[in-house]
Amino acid sequence: MAGPLIEVEHIAKIYRMGEVEVHALRDVSLAIVEGESIAVMGPSGSGKSTLMNILGCLDRPSRGNYRLAGREVSQLDRNALARLRNRTLGFVFQNFNLLARTSALENVELPLLYAGLSGRERRARAREALARVGLGERAHHHPNQMSGGQQQRVAIARALVTRPQLIVADEPTGNLDSRTSVEIMALFQELGRNGITLLLVTHEADIARYAARVVVMRDGRVQSDQRQQPVEAVPAPEAEAGEAP
Amino acid sequence: MSPFQVLRVAIRALLRNKLRSFLTTLGVIIGVSAVIAMVAIGEGAKARVAEAFASMGSNILIVLSGSTTAGGARGGFGSMPTLTWEDLKAIRAEASAVRYAAPQLRSNSPVVSEDQNWTTSINGTSPEYFQIRGWALASGSMLSQSDVDSGTKVVLLGQTVVAKLFGASADAVGQTVRIKNFPFQVVGVLASKGQSPMGHDYDDAVYMPHSTFQAKIQGGLQKFIPGSIIVSAASSDDVPRAERQIRNLLRDRHRVPVGADDDFSIRNLAEMASARQEGVETITTLLLAIAAVSLLVGGIGIMNIMLVSVTERTREIGIRMAVGARPRDVLAQFLVESLTLTAFGGVVGVPLGVLAANLLSTRFGWPVLLRMDIIVIAVAFSGVVGVAFGMYPAQKAARLDPIDALRFE
Ligand SMILES: Nc1ncnc2c1ncn2[C@@H]1O[C@H](COP(=O)(O)OP(=O)(O)OP(=O)(O)O)[C@@H](O)[C@H]1O
Ligand SMILES: [Mg+2]
Repeated sequence: MAGPLIEVEHIAKIYRMGEVEVHALRDVSLAIVEGESIAVMGPSGSGKSTLMNILGCLDRPSRGNYRLAGREVSQLDRNALARLRNRTLGFVFQNFNLLARTSALENVELPLLYAGLSGRERRARAREALARVGLGERAHHHPNQMSGGQQQRVAIARALVTRPQLIVADEPTGNLDSRTSVEIMALFQELGRNGITLLLVTHEADIARYAARVVVMRDGRVQSDQRQQPVEAVPAPEAEAGEAP
Repeated sequence: MSPFQVLRVAIRALLRNKLRSFLTTLGVIIGVSAVIAMVAIGEGAKARVAEAFASMGSNILIVLSGSTTAGGARGGFGSMPTLTWEDLKAIRAEASAVRYAAPQLRSNSPVVSEDQNWTTSINGTSPEYFQIRGWALASGSMLSQSDVDSGTKVVLLGQTVVAKLFGASADAVGQTVRIKNFPFQVVGVLASKGQSPMGHDYDDAVYMPHSTFQAKIQGGLQKFIPGSIIVSAASSDDVPRAERQIRNLLRDRHRVPVGADDDFSIRNLAEMASARQEGVETITTLLLAIAAVSLLVGGIGIMNIMLVSVTERTREIGIRMAVGARPRDVLAQFLVESLTLTAFGGVVGVPLGVLAANLLSTRFGWPVLLRMDIIVIAVAFSGVVGVAFGMYPAQKAARLDPIDALRFE
């Protein structure tokens, strides 16, 4: 495909709370080509989540243009946005956002349900995605029967089950210990090797090392945007579980 | 999402809160069964009235002494007889739209057989009476004109009287009964006719010539008829003409001045039938309205619970939208949930309503008539209630912004 996968030009997001205007994003321009892995960093309140929500088509900018895979997103209606969320990208949340009292398998099937796939195909692809995140054995566990890391892997399986071009993750390791975080990052790096574009927010410099590009936000603007040689994520062996800082 | 999948998701969501779903649907169950039972009662009453009036004949007029105004009776019927035997003759002779006319004299008195005794209505009339009523004999022979002319002590018995005096299957013809200590010979037994619209048992009566009645049972002034005249028009289309002819004839004969009220009144059975039918109709409508209101209340209950459910599940809605649910998918999900609730209410409510109707009919002897179309309408209406009251909560859910829904606490 010609041109970048994501092209953001001078977008701003302003929240109106009564009299006060909150400028969550002031002016952000960004171009991301397919296959890149980007870590977005910055202090709390700098607008990282706001940017992710817009890039993930969950929210719209107040101003500016956002082109995703060549389409101008700010012009699209709610149905078209739903379709983009369903087919083109997968979103991973800090708090997992899995359906409670619903098995891992059914959680992963959910996007395929809205994509209109048959039951058999849904199940096959959901199993495949779960196997890919290493949870083939836990297909019938409910979220409350799984650890945070496992839940996040279910969420990642759900994000990639529709074979999207882009995964947007807002602090995917924010609720996980560092060993589990490395596991998740290893998973993301593997997805990246398969050509999936990855956009993730993190507070930890350790996590940002695994990305090929680091964007630092400050006060609703991009403060710096640098490329780097990513470190390969190697999950610690099972025996050392838990304690590492 | 296919309709089947939508339904599956809806049922799962409802089963998560089994008790709540059941209590919500209970309102609809009660509403649907009430509609069905109430309509069954109303229709049963209507059918009974229609049937009874059909058996009375549609071309009958009854002429009574005493006047009525639009406001009702004045002075009471028959308090002062104004109809004469000459009037009866004149009606027979001069009113061309009248086919038959007969006097009706009535009194209550015990009738005594050898070993039984039964108080019933004693009627004095002429042979035309049975033509007017269209009543047939079960056995024996009719009253004849010569019985009337010579005041013979003969009677016709209704089936109930036969049963009370002689036993249900006895043949009473040829027997003797005593009324007011006079012996009467039973010449015939009338075929069974059942109940009148007012619940009066037509078979519980004894008929004799009016001359005999006046001589032995209850006298009166020679000139006046101590009762009423029953008239049948040549056909039901002739009823208004017959009524007009009788009115003109009697006003003329009684020398009622122009502009003054009649000193008699004419009752039209067909009109009474439709008036009564209307009364029953009103009650049916009222019952149905009350039942429909309960269905409506059930619908409001559904709306209430669906609104609660949408609020409770805002995050779920957000998650579904985040992975690609379109507004219409969310709308369908909640709409199908409320529809499932009402459909379940309908499915359970129908047999319950049928059961209630049958219970009422066996327990209280009310005539009930189950109408298939009402059952279908009740179920369809409950579906409409489901959509109508589910629409607002479902739209509320569908209009949610994915990011707001995900942030909802
Ligand atoms: N829905 C909202 N209404 C009003 N203001 C909001 C809303 N969402 C975010 N903001 C404001 O926008 C600014 C940016 O918020 P955002 O969540 O994007 O920050 P962040 O960089 O993700 O922070 P953190 O690292 O703590 O997650 C903040 O000042 C926040 O208060
Ligand atoms: Mg954030």
